[in-house]
Amino acid sequence: MAHFVKKVLTDIRSNRFLNLITIITISLSILVVSVFLLFFENASRVIESWNQGGRAMIYLNKEFSLDMLPKLKVKIKTLGDIDEIVYISKAQALDKLKKNMSSQSAFLKTLKENPLPDALEIRMRSYNSFEEVQKFAQSIKALEIVEDVEYGQGWLGRFLQIFNLFKITGYAMCTLFFLIALFITANTVRLAFYSRKLEIEIMRLVGATETFIKTPFYIEGLLQGFLGGTLGLIILLITYLMISSGMTQSLASYMYFDVRFLSVKTIVLIIVGSTFLGWFGCYLSLKQILK
Amino acid sequence: MNDKTNKNSIIRLFNVSKRFGGKLALKDITLDIEQGELIFISGPSGAGKSTLLKILYLAQKASEGQILIDGMNLARISSSKLPFLRRRFGMIFQDFKLIPNRTVFENVALVLEAAGEKPSFIRKKVMQVLRTTGMEKKFNTLPPTLSGGEQQRVAVARAVVGEPSVVFADEPTGSLDSKSAQAILDFLMGYHKKGATVLIVSHNLHLLERTVSGRNIEISEGRIKRIATIFQDKERKQ
Ligand SMILES: Nc1ncnc2c1ncn2[C@@H]1O[C@H](COP(=O)(O)OP(=O)(O)OP(=O)(O)O)[C@@H](O)[C@H]1O
Ligand SMILES: [Mg+2]
Repeated sequence: MAHFVKKVLTDIRSNRFLNLITIITISLSILVVSVFLLFFENASRVIESWNQGGRAMIYLNKEFSLDMLPKLKVKIKTLGDIDEIVYISKAQALDKLKKNMSSQSAFLKTLKENPLPDALEIRMRSYNSFEEVQKFAQSIKALEIVEDVEYGQGWLGRFLQIFNLFKITGYAMCTLFFLIALFITANTVRLAFYSRKLEIEIMRLVGATETFIKTPFYIEGLLQGFLGGTLGLIILLITYLMISSGMTQSLASYMYFDVRFLSVKTIVLIIVGSTFLGWFGCYLSLKQILK
Repeated sequence: MNDKTNKNSIIRLFNVSKRFGGKLALKDITLDIEQGELIFISGPSGAGKSTLLKILYLAQKASEGQILIDGMNLARISSSKLPFLRRRFGMIFQDFKLIPNRTVFENVALVLEAAGEKPSFIRKKVMQVLRTTGMEKKFNTLPPTLSGGEQQRVAVARAVVGEPSVVFADEPTGSLDSKSAQAILDFLMGYHKKGATVLIVSHNLHLLERTVSGRNIEISEGRIKRIATIFQDKERKQ
């Protein structure tokens, strides 16, 4: 092992420029990918908080009476995976309204009839996607007793359309940059291999196995992937810190959320991914050269 | 000298030919090399001596014919086992084949590293072999800065560092003055006396006069022209 590490270090030193280019290419690719991931992670968190984790209000029409409630609850529960259903009578709703609008409560007192509908507030247990909530809401809306269902569909839906578009673009960009990084890595390995062709031939002649010959290349690939991934994330972190220190206060107070850096899980995933990329580039290249 | 009743062949060739493009470099070579033998291979330039040695060393594949190694047919041995077979052989190439950007020490150490030896053992063993070949002072030098004779000695050190049971030497004294040539030859003879099989390619027939036993294989135009014990050669001269 010590032999391989020594070998890799001397190889990297003798091919400094090539290695630097490879690491920078990988780090830029990782940067693009992680910018998207940063965006997705924050956007998903915001969407979820706005949507309150799958919360919806069901407004019932005039035909509703309290004795229908148990049956209705059972019915709704068959339509989706519901965590809880809270009944809010129109009287409760009016009380709440009066409390919130104490100065105008005089106006509310003039009302002969309570104009508010009875409502059910529900929370879904497994809230995975907006689409799921949407489908669930439609099936509830189809019930006769239901007047309307509110789950932030209007502007949130539009936002989600844009978000999904971003997501597709993001996937495409990530794939593109992954392929670029893979191509560059594979090419670096190929150049390194040909620059050491004589050495490899001699190694074979003195009884070196193919594993012995290939191992330094794999270590180099893994190292390049790891360093490239780490460098990409460091660049992202520095940029993030610079931007967020200047913007957080003003922006966060406007938008009711803070931009958070990537989760530990995602960071580990990115580094593992880029290390794999280095390995895979090496694998493809050696497979092509040696067969 | 050759105890025919107790044959212990290491390498046997049966009707081996080697073709480069349309040109036959070796034709119909049948040869039996025994454990502990000393063999000279002589013949004019272009006769096919290096080619024969490379085929014996498994560095080149024969175009036709069978090769047995320790009784095993080479055709039946998977290519992944080849490195392990080759470790039992040491080779001094005519063009040395030293890695130019690795030091003398690293070039010699490579054999042991490839065999998976421990670094402490490698350090000790390589320095010891470099001492016996007179190259220990230049262990940290790059081969291109060495003289031809010095490179030759590094090549010899690399060939024997793994203590192979067979050593192939292609013109090991080719570019040397007579004193250095004698030193290398003495070294190889010493290695042979320890029980190793040694094959030396040379068109310098003076080498034969300095040895007491062994076989001389004369090659001409890719064919074995004559196999003779060196003892017989001497008798004939008298
Ligand atoms: N790799 C090769 N490709 C094509 N032809 C080759 C190759 N190697 C050897 N030959 C040819 O095979 C013939 C024998 O070559 P070889 O090197 O074995 O000769 P030799 O007896 O070692 O000569 P010398 O004494 O000059 O070293 C020559 O005609 C040579 O041109
Ligand atoms: Mg030759």
